[in-house]
Amino acid sequence: MTSGNPGVQPDPREPAGAPGVERGSKMLGSRAVLVSSASTMLFFAVIAVVVVLAPGSEVVAERFFSPFHLWQSTVGTPSTPSVVGAFLLNVKIFAVSEVLILTLALVIAVVRQIPGPVFFPFRMVALAYTDLFRGVPLILVLYMIGFGVPGLGLEFISYLPDVTYGIIALVLVYSAYVAEVYRAGIESVHESQNAAARSLGLTRWQSLRFVILPQAVRRVIPPLLNDFIGLQKDTALVSVLGSIEAVRAAQIYGASQFNYASYVVAALLFVLITIPLARFTDRLISRDKRRREAGAVA
Amino acid sequence: MKRALLIGFLVASLMLAGCTGQQGSGGSQEGGSGSGNSCDIKSPPLFKEGVLTVATDKPAYPPWFEGNPEHYSGYEGEVASEVAERMDLPIEWVVEPFNKSYAPGAKDYDFDINQITITPEREQAVDFSEGYFDNAQGVLVLKDSPFADAQSISNLKDARMGAQVGTTGLEFINETVQPNEEPKVFETTNDAKSALESGQIDAMVTDLVTTVYLRDFEIDNSVVVGQYPRNEQFGMLFEQGNPLVGCVNQVLGKMKEDGTLQELEKKYLQQYLSVPTLEK
Repeated sequence: MTSGNPGVQPDPREPAGAPGVERGSKMLGSRAVLVSSASTMLFFAVIAVVVVLAPGSEVVAERFFSPFHLWQSTVGTPSTPSVVGAFLLNVKIFAVSEVLILTLALVIAVVRQIPGPVFFPFRMVALAYTDLFRGVPLILVLYMIGFGVPGLGLEFISYLPDVTYGIIALVLVYSAYVAEVYRAGIESVHESQNAAARSLGLTRWQSLRFVILPQAVRRVIPPLLNDFIGLQKDTALVSVLGSIEAVRAAQIYGASQFNYASYVVAALLFVLITIPLARFTDRLISRDKRRREAGAVA
Repeated sequence: MKRALLIGFLVASLMLAGCTGQQGSGGSQEGGSGSGNSCDIKSPPLFKEGVLTVATDKPAYPPWFEGNPEHYSGYEGEVASEVAERMDLPIEWVVEPFNKSYAPGAKDYDFDINQITITPEREQAVDFSEGYFDNAQGVLVLKDSPFADAQSISNLKDARMGAQVGTTGLEFINETVQPNEEPKVFETTNDAKSALESGQIDAMVTDLVTTVYLRDFEIDNSVVVGQYPRNEQFGMLFEQGNPLVGCVNQVLGKMKEDGTLQELEKKYLQQYLSVPTLEK
């Protein structure tokens, strides 16, 4: 269906389909390259000189960037786990949680939108859920699920692995955030879209499923990815329940060897996995922008 | 613009790599605790003039520390106070979290006393005094656990074990017990305790004194199945190269000779040390 979205009309001041910024950069050419590399060099040179000349720079370098400790914490020792190996647990937790969060949050967001007095209690529950879990610190939820539920001694839910409890806690908290992101997306779709869909004979559910949600979800992909970069780092908190993920492995190494290089290794791993996601978000944003500027079919 | 950014970034990262490489090779460290007695006990080099500034973590646990920070007693509290007294100095307590105790840079105290085990790896980063206590690991389980009557290390192979991060208890699990399941690691002793009580782990390992303390005062239906000595000693932690180590070692040596250390150990720790030793 063609839906030139009335909310995002192309800016009349910009000539349609003319991405002026890109053409400009080509004309600036090699001079821009020179200036930018010179200023970058100067910028980092100043920082480097200050750091190197600092009286404690040797000790700091040894304690944080010692090649020996960087390597040894990466591969692990007989008494300390490998930081890279432990990072696989972060990736697993992240992957499983992400799928569950996307699903649960969408359900919550949709429930909050159901009209009609009959569904009032459902809307209430969804509202209370987002209010509660956005307010409670993640660490507290982790403790309550991870130590509280096993303490109950119930047949089916009290004897799960601690990582499972960690994932449940992450999903509970992050779904509340992500539901609000979805909701913002749903509310940004103009009411006329719904009206048009209904006048074509679509049911309320069909209109939501085929007209509103596709537009809403596409609009909120950048903020969603933002939340997921946060989630990646918060997977480290699951370690309070006992499992060894990258940051905990780094801590174990640090305490055993009295050296912080292991934390640097863990940090690099988190950055490494965050950068592709960030670039992916950038691409989505610029694609969306191109489409809108071109006044394309949404 | 993209190309410019890329080149700039490359140049910058090359420069940074160069710097760190240089520094890395410069970080030569001397190991060895109690290096020399080149400390004049009449005028010891102190962090703060005329007072011995001693650090420990907060909260500090009995029986290592009892009372309040103005006047700590308990085993470690009294050992430190006795050292100060024999150096004719008043003592002042400050707080130092364990994770910060090996941070680079000057320390804002004379020494840290916090059940820190002396190991060769750690001596690359800090200096230790002579040992003031022979530590053993203790294994704590619940009474109704299948491991409650374990008598040897091999009985514990199938247990789900847990320890606090940064403790030699964790090294004992990894190196000596080598359980079939990867051990759980907790931020604090309290978290390990919660995991034991809620059945997330079968056995908790920490220093012997703490396990007995937990058994007697914190976890009702628990039992310490055994202790395992690993030739570990607790030492006081000094900034690397601090000559005060020499003075403190002289004093500690005398406290060992005249039986003061044994007396303090008897006073505070005896009730915690009578636990059968685990066989291999």
